[in-house]
Amino acid sequence: MNRKTTPLFGAAIALALTLAACGGGGDGGGTGTTGGGSPTGSSDGDATIGVGSLYEPQNLDNTAGGGQGVTEAFNGNVYEGLFRLTDDGKVENLLAEDYKVSEDGLTYTFTLRDGVKFHSGDPLTSADVKYSIEKVTAKDSQSARKSSFEAIKKIDTPDDHTLAVTLADKSISFVYNLSYVWVVNDTAKDLATSEDGTGPYKLGAWKRGSTLSLDRFPGYWGTAASNKQVVFHYFTDAAALNNALLTNAVDVVTSEQSPDALAQFSGNPDYKVNNGKSTTKLLLAFNDRKAPFDKPLVRKAVSSAIDDKKLLTSIWGEYGTLIGSMVPPTDPWYEDLTSVNPYDVNLAKKELSDAGYPNGFSFTLDTPNYDPHPTAATFIKSELAKVGVTVTINVITADEWYTKVYKNRDFAATLQEHVNDRDVVWYGDPDFYWGYDNPQVAAWVKEAERSDTTEAQTELLKKANRQIAEDAASDWLYLYPQIVVASSKLSGYPVNGLNSQFYAYGIKKG
Amino acid sequence: MTTYLLRRMAFLVVSLLLACAVLFLLLRLLPGDPANSLLSVGATPEQIAAARHQIGSDRPLPEQFATWLGQMARLDLGTSFVSTLPVGPEIAARLVVTVPLTLLSFLLAVVVAVPVGFVAARRSDRWYGLLLNGVSQLGIAVPVFWVGMLLIWAFALYFRILPAGGFPQDDWADPADAITSLALPVVTVALVMSASLIRYVRSATMDVLDSDYLRTFRALGSSFPGAMWRHGLRNAAVPVISVLGIELATTFLGAVVVESVFALPGLGSMLAKAIAQHDYPVVQGVLFVSTFGVLLIGFAADLVQRIIDPRLRGTLSRSPR
Repeated sequence: MNRKTTPLFGAAIALALTLAACGGGGDGGGTGTTGGGSPTGSSDGDATIGVGSLYEPQNLDNTAGGGQGVTEAFNGNVYEGLFRLTDDGKVENLLAEDYKVSEDGLTYTFTLRDGVKFHSGDPLTSADVKYSIEKVTAKDSQSARKSSFEAIKKIDTPDDHTLAVTLADKSISFVYNLSYVWVVNDTAKDLATSEDGTGPYKLGAWKRGSTLSLDRFPGYWGTAASNKQVVFHYFTDAAALNNALLTNAVDVVTSEQSPDALAQFSGNPDYKVNNGKSTTKLLLAFNDRKAPFDKPLVRKAVSSAIDDKKLLTSIWGEYGTLIGSMVPPTDPWYEDLTSVNPYDVNLAKKELSDAGYPNGFSFTLDTPNYDPHPTAATFIKSELAKVGVTVTINVITADEWYTKVYKNRDFAATLQEHVNDRDVVWYGDPDFYWGYDNPQVAAWVKEAERSDTTEAQTELLKKANRQIAEDAASDWLYLYPQIVVASSKLSGYPVNGLNSQFYAYGIKKG
Repeated sequence: MTTYLLRRMAFLVVSLLLACAVLFLLLRLLPGDPANSLLSVGATPEQIAAARHQIGSDRPLPEQFATWLGQMARLDLGTSFVSTLPVGPEIAARLVVTVPLTLLSFLLAVVVAVPVGFVAARRSDRWYGLLLNGVSQLGIAVPVFWVGMLLIWAFALYFRILPAGGFPQDDWADPADAITSLALPVVTVALVMSASLIRYVRSATMDVLDSDYLRTFRALGSSFPGAMWRHGLRNAAVPVISVLGIELATTFLGAVVVESVFALPGLGSMLAKAIAQHDYPVVQGVLFVSTFGVLLIGFAADLVQRIIDPRLRGTLSRSPR
């Protein structure tokens, strides 16, 4: 079997694990698309765009385990939310024309856009929106955004165009969170295999294991899609995906996961390799509850002993970014914190001896069995050997990781990719698997959510982000690149792929 | 013959039941809980328990097995843990890729292997006989995905005359399209398969060529082609057919790998993905259907052997070669 296949399946599971959170859903339609190739000459408005991807939907319902794949294909293309998250991370009005927040910050009143129709022809009403939010918060919902809406106390629909949501507690992220709620027709059936959204495309056909096609919806309320049809082609093998692009069977690859394959595109004028910003961070996550990693100084020493830049270059070449803390550049509270725990072997040795480990120590690193974790683990082992720390690498499957590390917290340190945007808030939860417990950070995170303005929220989360870096709560090895490779004939495609979304309606060919 | 058929069919059912039990148990021996594949980071213990309950992994094994057998008896292959969609229709949809892929590869392999194997045996003392033998040895050593990658490189990327992978969205609506998509995968599987078949055909033919009855028949004045036609082929065919039965089953395994390399939406790629996701109903469904297929092929091979070789009638198992 192709050696690349197995790790990719593994990665797919890990993504399912970590990503269900982001696969939770979303809304859509970003005009913030800034795709590559210069659109010279006239483009063909009736073109069919072939999109190659490794992430086939499990089913078509994002509250029933549709996963990352259905977000990629449907978010903003087939389904829309009250708000949309643009490709550069901003929240814009979409199906909500306007909204007002009450004095106490607890009641949000949304006015819906006029003249919006579902693909079935039904008009959009506030009852549909209420139904859609309740679908996410329902008991049996598998949406990972479910917990974001715990603060909702009641939803009222005073008239067809107005929706009023009352919260039990202030929540500045409420509007942002709503961008993950797909507005679905409340009379729609069989959502696992069909759809009834308001987006610029309706579902053509889904041939499982192979392709999913989207056809331009003639009754769309907004600007019509700039292409007639989009066909997602699904692959399980990265080499097969690249071959499809090389033979023009697809025009664009949503997320290139095989660094070695980039060379065949980057030197070729027929293709454009776009180096976008992802939200996927590779973490060396310590168990902050247990010695020796309960001491911040030990964690800082380990962080300083590892040359992150060398690791990133060895895996991704010139792609990817160093971040130094949990927040990626597309989050509003990003700042460059790479200098907080710089790569400095002497500093690391000094910190180790200050922490009471002049002769180092040894620990076991639980390493998921798929790329890039084993490579990173080997690298970390050799780096830490230089400061006297002995690493035993314990390779485990994604499933075992979930049980051993995530559920039972039975680990010293582990490697894991964390894919979501705005997920620095996990450091405010002392019960999370890594057990980082700083009451100050927890208070900041909580207070940030209760802020009146995004400025105040941003300020507080910046503080939290800085504090976790100073405590080396984890070691943030690097931020993955988001590499979209496309035919140079193509323009208008998203390059950042935030939370796996892929807005296709702006893509032009020719 | 009727008694034989009945006994053979009972044997088929028992084998199928045993196979079911084995694959059910083996799947449960894998570490990890399938419920995990439904959950995301941030899942609460209640969500975990709910997921386990939903897919039934919290119930005792014998109960799970009984439930599954009951479903099978009603021809219901269950519902996928991951997609929450029924397994049966998806298997049916994927058979339209895997069955033609397997049969076409098999046919091509037989068409190539029988004459080549015969020549390799008849002319085993000539340079080309030795060459054919050598090439077939080499062919056995080559992994199927590697052949696939070479063919893709040559015919899809370099000459650009065949697609690198994929299958038409409308399946067999345009047979020419479908055949074009299957061309490289079929050649890939057939090449690797014919390598081992050639060796079986060669050794079966050698046995016949060395046999006393053939020499006697020639001594009585028959021509070589006449002797081969009347007695040789029929004798050589018996062991070859039993091997063909096994090889046809192996082709399915080849398809698992090849479907990934060529991005074909067949049973193989379905199985590979389901295993990675611990999606037991899908894995069980695919393995059940393919086990059933393999047992049927064995059944057919046994019948054909009995028709060709009257000496076997009255025995239950295949003759030792």
